[in-house]
Amino acid sequence: MSHSAKTRDTSDTPQDATQTRRFPLRELVLFGVLLVAILAVYATMGAAYSTRMLVEAACYAILALGLTIQWGYAGQFNAGVMGFVALGGFCAMFFSVPVNDAFWGTTLPGEFGRVLLYGAAAILLIVGASKLDRLGVPKSLRTFITVVLGVVLYLVVISQLREVTDAIESQAGFVGGLGLPPWVGWIVGGALAGGVGYFIGHICLGLRSDYLAIATLGIAEIIKAFLKNSDWLTRGTATVSPLPWPTPGPAEVGFTLSRALYLSVTAVIIAVIFLLLNRAYNAPWGRMIRAIRDNEVSAAAMGKDINKRRLEIFVLGCILMGIGGGILGTFNSLFDPQGYLPLNHTFLVLVMVILGGPGNNLGTIFGAVAVYIIWIMSEPLALFLMQLAVAFGEGAFGWDTPGNMDSRALQARVLVIGVLITMVLRFAPKGLLPEKIKSHS
Amino acid sequence: MNELVFFINNVVISGSVSGSIYAIGAVGVTLIFSIMRFAHFAHADVMTFGAFMVLLLTTAFPAAGASIGVPTALLMLPLAMLLTAGLAVGIDKLFYKPLRAHGVKPIVLVIASLGVTLILQGLIRLFSGTGGQSLYVDDRKEIFRLALPFEGVRAPIVVTEPQIYLFVITIVAVVALHLFLNRSRLGKAMRAMSDNPELAQASGINTNTIVAVTWMIAGALAAIAGTLLSLDVTFKPDLSFFLLLPIFAAAIVGGVGHPYGAIAGGFVVGFAETLAVFNWNILLRPFQDSFPSWLELPSNLAFVGTEYKIVVPFFILVAILVWRPTGLFKGKVIS
Repeated sequence: MSHSAKTRDTSDTPQDATQTRRFPLRELVLFGVLLVAILAVYATMGAAYSTRMLVEAACYAILALGLTIQWGYAGQFNAGVMGFVALGGFCAMFFSVPVNDAFWGTTLPGEFGRVLLYGAAAILLIVGASKLDRLGVPKSLRTFITVVLGVVLYLVVISQLREVTDAIESQAGFVGGLGLPPWVGWIVGGALAGGVGYFIGHICLGLRSDYLAIATLGIAEIIKAFLKNSDWLTRGTATVSPLPWPTPGPAEVGFTLSRALYLSVTAVIIAVIFLLLNRAYNAPWGRMIRAIRDNEVSAAAMGKDINKRRLEIFVLGCILMGIGGGILGTFNSLFDPQGYLPLNHTFLVLVMVILGGPGNNLGTIFGAVAVYIIWIMSEPLALFLMQLAVAFGEGAFGWDTPGNMDSRALQARVLVIGVLITMVLRFAPKGLLPEKIKSHS
Repeated sequence: MNELVFFINNVVISGSVSGSIYAIGAVGVTLIFSIMRFAHFAHADVMTFGAFMVLLLTTAFPAAGASIGVPTALLMLPLAMLLTAGLAVGIDKLFYKPLRAHGVKPIVLVIASLGVTLILQGLIRLFSGTGGQSLYVDDRKEIFRLALPFEGVRAPIVVTEPQIYLFVITIVAVVALHLFLNRSRLGKAMRAMSDNPELAQASGINTNTIVAVTWMIAGALAAIAGTLLSLDVTFKPDLSFFLLLPIFAAAIVGGVGHPYGAIAGGFVVGFAETLAVFNWNILLRPFQDSFPSWLELPSNLAFVGTEYKIVVPFFILVAILVWRPTGLFKGKVIS
C-alpha cells in the first residue's frame, strides 16, 4: 500500500490543475469512433439484432459501473461479478414469473414455512448456547456444547429441508414466481447482492485485497452452484422462460420496437446511476474515498474511518451489479443458471473497466459498449478466421482437422480476453479515458 | 465392519488423495506469495498445463512406459515438470516482471494473473478440445482390492494404481522440498528473502535468482499436482476453477508463506471435503437397534451434497479469516 501515492499522480502537474476546463477532444474522438462502429453494426446486421446488442451492452455498462467504483474508486478487486449478476437474474426471475398454483394451492408452502421456522429456532438455540459462558459454564464446555448442538441441529434442519424440497420438486415442479412487476425483482436483486457483498466485505475488511479477490471468486461459484442445483427454486438446468418485460414484448410491437423501448428504460437507469455517481464523486464523500485510496495512512491520520468507507463502496458496487444482473436477466427472458460463466460475466466486465478507465464513469460506459461490440462481433470473426486457417492448412499441408473446430474457435476468445487484460495492465494502466484528477490549489 | 471399510474407502483414501493434491498445489501458491507477495491465481492453470504436457508426451510415445513397467504418463512426468517450470519462469518474465518493475500494487499483479489464467485456459482448450481425456493412453489402470482378514467383512479396501503412485510421489516431493529449504544455500536464501526482502538483498542474495528458482519449484510442483489429479480421474481443460478455491483455502489455513502449513492445510481441506459429503447414516446404521424408537434417522445424513462440495473450502476460508486470519501456523503479512 505504501507505493500507492507514487503510482497515481505522475501526470498531475500544477499546470494541469490550473487549466480549468480543457476541450474534451479525446472523449469526442473516442465516442465518435464508437458511434461509427454502432452504425456499421446496424448497417450490416440489421436493426433488431443491433438493438439487442445495444441493450445487452447497456446492461453490461451498469455492471461495469459497479466494478469501476469498487476498483477505480476504492482499489478493491471483485473477482466474482458473476455471482452478483446471477443473484440479480434470479431475483428478476423469482419476482416476475407468474404464480405457480400447483405449489401455492397445496400444503407445501406451510411445510416449507415450518422448516424455515425450525431453521430460525435452531439458529436461536445455537446463538444461545454460544452465550452459555455468561451463566457460569466454563468456556471450553460452552464451545463443545455449541459445536455439537450446531452439528446436530444443522443435520436435523437440512434433512427436513431436503424432504420438503424433494416434495416440491415431485409435486409442483418448482416454487414458481410471485407475479410482480420485474422492477421489484431488480430492486430486491440489488438489495440481495448488496447483502452478500456486505457479508464478504465485512469478513475481508482490513485484510489484504488479495483475500477479497479469493473470497469473491468463491462466493460467485457457490451462488452459481446453489442456483444450478436447487431445482425446487429455479428449475436448475431445465431453465425458466419466458420472463415478462416491463415494456411491451416482441409479440405485441415487434422485435425492433420492443427492444428499443427496453433500451430506453435501461438508458434512463444508466443516466440516473451516472448522475448520482458523479454527484457522489465530486462530493466530500468522493474526495474522502479517493484520499483513502491514494494514501491510506494519511487518510486514517485525518480521522477517516477507512474500513467503514471501504465497506460502503463495496456494497454499493455489489448493489449495482445485482440491479444490472436483474435487468440483463429480464431482457434475456430466460433464467439459465448454467449460462452464468466467469468469462462472460466477470472477466468481460473487468476488461470493460480497465480498458475504459477505472474510476472514470464516462470511460467505463465507453469501455462497456466498445468491448461488448467487439465481443459480440468476435464470434463470427473467430469462426471465419478458424475456417480460413483450416482451409489453408488442408490445402497446403494436408492437415487432418478435428471436427469440433467451431467450439475451439470460440475458446480463442478466452485467450483474447486474457491477452487484453495483461496488455492493458502493462501498457495502458489508466485506460483509454483516464480518471481526471483535480487538485484545488 | 463393512461400514468401516466403506468409511475407509470413501473418507480416508479419497480424503488423502485430494488432500495430497491440494497440499502440493498450495505449497506452490504459498511459496509464490512469500517471495512475490501476491496471490497467484493462474496456479491452477499451471497445474492443468503440466497435466496437458504429460498428455501430449504420452500420446506421442504411448509405449515408452511398458519397457520398464510403469505407466507412460508417470515416465513423462519429469519432462513435463521441466516444461512447466520453464513456462512458469516465462510467464513471470513476460507478464509479472514488467509490472513489478513499475512498482504496482500487489492487487494489480493478482489481476494480471487472472489474465494469465485466461490465456493458459484458452491455449489449452484450443489444442486439447473441451472434453475429458484419460492419461492412460496405452496402459491399463490397475485396481487393488485388499480383503481384510476379519469375520464377516465382505467389502474390500479399494486402492487404484495412480493413488499409490500419488502417495509415494507426494511423500518424495515433501521430503525433497524440506531438504531443499533447510539444507541447500538457495533454499536458505529463499527463506531469508521471504522473511525480509530488503535485508536479504543487502546481505548479498541475488533476488532475481531467487525469484526464478521460486517459479521453477512452483511450476514443477504444479505439474506434479495436475498430473496426479488427472491420473486419478481424467484430464479436463477446465479443472482449474474447481481447484482454485481449495488451494487458496489450504494456503490460508496453513498460514500464507508457510510451506509446511500449506501441506497441513491441504490435508485439512481435503479431509473436510470428504467428511462433509460423506453420508454419516452408513456409520450409524449398525447401531440403529440401540437407538430409542422415536429417533428415526433420515437416509441421507451428509452435511452437504456432492454438488455443493465447493462450499466446504469456502466455509473453511471464511472461518479462518474470521477467527484466525494468520492461519493455523502464524503466516505472513495480511494487511
